[in-house]
Amino acid sequence: MRLVLAEDHALLRAGLIQLLEGNGFTILHAVDNAPALDQALRDPDADAAVLDVRLPPTQTDEGLRAAIAVRAERPGFPVMVLSQYVEQLYARELLASGVGAVGYLLKDRVSDVAEFVDGVRRVAAGGTVLDPEVVATVMARQHDEPLDRLTAREQEVLALMAEGRSNGAVAAHLHVSEKAVAKHINSIFAKLDLPLDEDDHRRVRAVLAWLRL
Amino acid sequence: MERLRLTGYAVAQLFLAFVLIVLLVLWIVGGVLVVVWIGLPILAGTVVATRAIANLHRTMAARTLGTPVPVPYRPLPDGGFFAKARTVLADPMTWRDLAWLFVAPVVGIVVSILVIVLLLGVVTGFIWWFATPPIMAGRAMFDRFFLAYSRTEVLERRVQALAESRAEVVDHNATELRRLERDLHDGAQARLVALSMSLGMAEAAFDEDPEAARRMVQDARQTTSAAIGDLRSVVRGIHPPVLADRGIGGAVQAIALDMAIPVQVDVRLPGRPPAPVESAVYFGVAECLANIGKHSGARHAWIALSHEQVAGRGTLRAVVGDDGRGGADPGTGTGMLGVMRRLAAFDGTMSVSSPPGGPTLVTLEVPCDLSSPKTTPSSAPA
Repeated sequence: MRLVLAEDHALLRAGLIQLLEGNGFTILHAVDNAPALDQALRDPDADAAVLDVRLPPTQTDEGLRAAIAVRAERPGFPVMVLSQYVEQLYARELLASGVGAVGYLLKDRVSDVAEFVDGVRRVAAGGTVLDPEVVATVMARQHDEPLDRLTAREQEVLALMAEGRSNGAVAAHLHVSEKAVAKHINSIFAKLDLPLDEDDHRRVRAVLAWLRL
Repeated sequence: MERLRLTGYAVAQLFLAFVLIVLLVLWIVGGVLVVVWIGLPILAGTVVATRAIANLHRTMAARTLGTPVPVPYRPLPDGGFFAKARTVLADPMTWRDLAWLFVAPVVGIVVSILVIVLLLGVVTGFIWWFATPPIMAGRAMFDRFFLAYSRTEVLERRVQALAESRAEVVDHNATELRRLERDLHDGAQARLVALSMSLGMAEAAFDEDPEAARRMVQDARQTTSAAIGDLRSVVRGIHPPVLADRGIGGAVQAIALDMAIPVQVDVRLPGRPPAPVESAVYFGVAECLANIGKHSGARHAWIALSHEQVAGRGTLRAVVGDDGRGGADPGTGTGMLGVMRRLAAFDGTMSVSSPPGGPTLVTLEVPCDLSSPKTTPSSAPA
């Protein structure tokens, strides 16, 4: 898989390149500012992008804007956005930029290499990976129809789905069987009136409904 | 036209001079009779009437001179007769009104008759033509001398207010710095010490017990994450990154999304306020939302941000409302007092309306202008 990487700190950039290349990714372009990123994202050979939110020249939210812009131009282009801090506002903007194939993680999650690499792969495969901190604030919120029809267990399962975990990982986390998880998920789909289509898209739609998008 | 209008003022002021004499007599009568209770209502009525007549003269003076002559009375407090009376008695303008009552009738009668006679005596018409504007300007300056604070007085008060708010801001900043120091010392710094200890022990254990060393490195990684988390929350407390990215509108939407209850956000700002004002208003709104979350029991809340331009003076206004149980008292929470102090540094104000049973409405206002005429109207349910 060929990636575009944008990160302005030289040390972090070198670290990310090493980490991703060591796990079977090819870094097509590694850039350190927004104009260079725009240029790199035009490369038709790129399969996905890993972007830092804050980039020169203005050091605000260039990376996020670039992610949304490239997904407007190339619908479904997988983007993993990394940041020193996470905002629900930004998570919503990313999720609204197309169905699935987005990730939004705190930068320090990178330290759990296996999970981070898995996250990038899931995003590239069309999944949604949200930082546990974003998921926690959504969990703390009062929900209304139709989400309050979900049981506490189903909410937990949905939260873990939003973090981008597979059924197996959800099962391991909750100490239940994978079959039980699949049952919960089907019940969630039914309660949220999600139409039958490809499984991955339904998962993403369930997460979007949960975020009230 | 201008001269006829001024002559009209002269006629009006001639009649008003007699009203002033009546008022002066009432002041004296009321003052004497105050020893028996009947003097009090007489004085109260006289004060109200004096202020009305004085305001009439202020308006005429402002129109004649072409400069504003503001109404300078201290605002009357809510409360009983005696609370109002105390404020009126303590207001220096009350006594300047009284002094003006002693001299204004004589001056008024002389000036007005002069202008009227100049007009009516046909041969003196050309003198009227040239003399009326300066004479009436003189009369207006005389009124302004008594009925408005001079530039020096206004500036003196301003200096005093600024000195007070500056002292408060300096004090607030010192407290904030101490809090930051403590947060860093107890949080990130302590964790980094623990981290270096874990790594040191891992280094020592590497050869003899690789498994233990691996566990220590794992601990170290977790400690690093915690330290980063601490630093993140300290940074949020200094200047939230989303505020730098998106300005006050986006930042307010971002905190609204983090609330447990739905918060409707309505932003109508045609540009960005200066950064320090944005920051003060942001922390004000954040404090209001925190209080809603902690105390109000509200099911819904709403935030409206707007900017108003009146007579060349801009005002940024943030209104935070909720449908909770009300009864909020801004005087009790240190958080709200901090917000008031922060706003005061920009001549901003905070007002709270929170009757028992709700709803609670907090209004923050800061005079400021917006930069860059970029339109960013947006509305989003949270």
